Amino acid sequence: AAMSRKRLQQLVDALGRSARHFNKSEVECLIKLFDTLVAKSSNRFAAVGFDRNMFRDTLHSAFGMTDDMIMDRVFRTFDRDNDSCINVVEWVEGLSVFLRGTLEEKIKYCFEVYDLNGDGYISREEMFQMLKNSLLKQPSEEDPDEGIKDLVDIALKKMDYDRDGKLSFMDFEKAVRDENLLLEAFGPCLPDIK
Amino acid sequence: IFSKTSCRFEDISESSSETEEDEEQPVRHQEGNTDLPSEYWGIQKLAKYLKGGNPTATVIALCSMRDFNLAQETCQLAIRDIGCLEVLINLLDTEEIKCQIGSLKILKEISQNTLIRHAIADLGGLQIMVKILDSPDKDLKCLAAETIANVARFKQARRTVRQHGGIKRLVGLLDCIAVGSTRLTPSQAKDTEIARCGALALWSCSKSIKNKEAIRKAGGIPLLARWLKCSHANILTPVVGTLQECASEPSYRLAIRTEGMIENLVKNLSSEHEELQMHCASAIFKCAEDKETRDLVRQHGGLQPLSVLLGNSVNKQLLAAVTGAIWKCAISGENVSKFREYKVVEALVELLTDQPEEVLVNIVGALGECCQEPINRTIIRKCGGIPPLVKLLTGTDQALLVNVTKAVGACATEPENMMIIDHLDGVRLLWSLLKNPNPDVQASAAWAICPCIENAKDAGEMVRSFVGGLELIVNLLKSKNKEVLASVCAAITNIAKDEENLAVITDHGVVPLLSRLANTNNDKLRRHLAEAISHCCLWGSNRVTFGETKAVAPLVRYLKSNDPSVHRATAQALYQLSEDPNNCITMHENGVVKLLLAMVGSTDETLQEAAAGCIANIRRLALATEKAKYG
Repeated sequence: AAMSRKRLQQLVDALGRSARHFNKSEVECLIKLFDTLVAKSSNRFAAVGFDRNMFRDTLHSAFGMTDDMIMDRVFRTFDRDNDSCINVVEWVEGLSVFLRGTLEEKIKYCFEVYDLNGDGYISREEMFQMLKNSLLKQPSEEDPDEGIKDLVDIALKKMDYDRDGKLSFMDFEKAVRDENLLLEAFGPCLPDIK
Repeated sequence: IFSKTSCRFEDISESSSETEEDEEQPVRHQEGNTDLPSEYWGIQKLAKYLKGGNPTATVIALCSMRDFNLAQETCQLAIRDIGCLEVLINLLDTEEIKCQIGSLKILKEISQNTLIRHAIADLGGLQIMVKILDSPDKDLKCLAAETIANVARFKQARRTVRQHGGIKRLVGLLDCIAVGSTRLTPSQAKDTEIARCGALALWSCSKSIKNKEAIRKAGGIPLLARWLKCSHANILTPVVGTLQECASEPSYRLAIRTEGMIENLVKNLSSEHEELQMHCASAIFKCAEDKETRDLVRQHGGLQPLSVLLGNSVNKQLLAAVTGAIWKCAISGENVSKFREYKVVEALVELLTDQPEEVLVNIVGALGECCQEPINRTIIRKCGGIPPLVKLLTGTDQALLVNVTKAVGACATEPENMMIIDHLDGVRLLWSLLKNPNPDVQASAAWAICPCIENAKDAGEMVRSFVGGLELIVNLLKSKNKEVLASVCAAITNIAKDEENLAVITDHGVVPLLSRLANTNNDKLRRHLAEAISHCCLWGSNRVTFGETKAVAPLVRYLKSNDPSVHRATAQALYQLSEDPNNCITMHENGVVKLLLAMVGSTDETLQEAAAGCIANIRRLALATEKAKYG
């Protein structure tokens, strides 16, 4: 169901303010894009927004993302009211950071993505989960898990400033400010510049 | 002996005359220790993820690797020995920007090590880095350029960069619009950083002559000129460094002059950064070979900051560059006058002791040029500059000796100075330099001897007192070097003014030796040779001997030269020679009369008289002959 012009205008105004990195005409385009993508879906709840699968498809086709776990986490981060559905507001505001966020905004975003259970810390187990498939060539005699565990240790050694065995937001922020490459340390969750 | 060096030709054509930073082959240190350093294991562990990890794991490992002390040789060599260097270079060849950046951050650090540089080049790393310069990612470009700057510190690497289109791309990095703005947007600041890294790389690469040329062809000069106008020392330094390095080429010196760069170079002499000051002074040193540049330096007020910088005697590299610049600028008389306002001569004399040779050469060179102004010759004496100068005549550095002899010679034109020089045995020291194997030193010493003889008291006596001295100088007429010959002739002219000495050199065979030189087209030699011949005619039967040894006919041809000083000297010689009838006949047969008639109307009185006197002798002989024939 298409929105009335008046409602569209109100929405554009509101989002123009909250999604700081887009101007009004860009917001309007994003809303139209949302409507188009949603209309393509066959899901009966589609009128309200993206569900997990649709969102993952979009992430894949538009941004070349392939890691299922990460994509799932991105979905959860966009879905701020946790209703398993990304509505148009969450869509525009999420994209504002995703595409054009400042370093500070991106750090917050990535941390949220990586903090799998949302307890404010990235734990060893969570790191293990995310890095599980990152060794392509396994030396055959070695237990593959050992390699991943070592990698987790290496990451902690680098980023765990308060030495409590897990990464708080402060740890993560400091590490990224020190070395920008670590922003997506546990997997690509931002669009690729290519 | 000295015009050919013992280097391979290839070395000379590739590298500039500057000393290369590491021209020697990398020295292999003793790698005999059996205990591997602890870093070895840590790095090997990380290497595993570089080789077998996906980009996410690779980035974590790359970031972690930077926590090792990459400036330490043990770490650097560990990276190489584990085979990690290949992996790092392979990562550069992927499309994963984060991996490329992470890898370059490491390569940039470790390429400070000579062995690593060579290894990187051997593994084809340079070609890949050049390709990366095309990337749209600004951070990547900067890192690639900075790493190239480190690796391109030896000849083959510089060649490789050029052969793969690197010079063109590096010059391209300088092409951005940010210059001149004092407050930069973040994007402009990034572009400035890119230009800075490009300039660093170009600076390293510019040590090769072919690269200097390539930079010019790629349009580098106007871009360097543009950046020269900015005020940030961190980009100015590599820009001026590059310009100064390239200023050994005339095409660059011309551009530096015509593109208004002298003004900026002068301005930056007053920078707070000593390295920048040094490079500016160096550039001026090289460019001031050309007169227009010397004038421009003065017009832009450059002589004062140079004089002020003489006060910094601690930084020897800076001092060498500054004294060099002053030396070359002082070639122009107007600059010498300006330097006097700043009391440069006094400052230079004070520096005459206790400086390294590369500084002394320039100080003495400068003093020599300053002696163009007579008052400076007096100032040097009053500051006590003559004793240290004479002392330097005992040194062995060839370049220094050339400059010292010139300076001493210039001072010797003042009789009061000459007294001190003689008292300190300076003339004997100059005379022994005639034995120096380097012809430049020989010539310079001979030139200096001339004013010494002219201005010494009892010059004849003094010359006679050098045992074997007259024989030595006459024998130098056998040299093949034109400058030596001209200077020795000039000295002989002076020696011959004393009759006793003239007799001695005649005994040593000076006449035939001079005659042997007569067949020359070199105007400088012709002039001094003719003068020597005229003076040597005044003893015994030398006139006749000159005729017998066939000096006369060639002398007649000298009159066809364009040089008025040659005309004058030749006319005088011919006049002296024409006192002998056989010589008159020879001259006449060679068409001298017509040539001399043209000179009888000259405004130069000496020339007039000599020409007329010579013609008169010829006529007199002709008349006498006719009378004898026909009664």
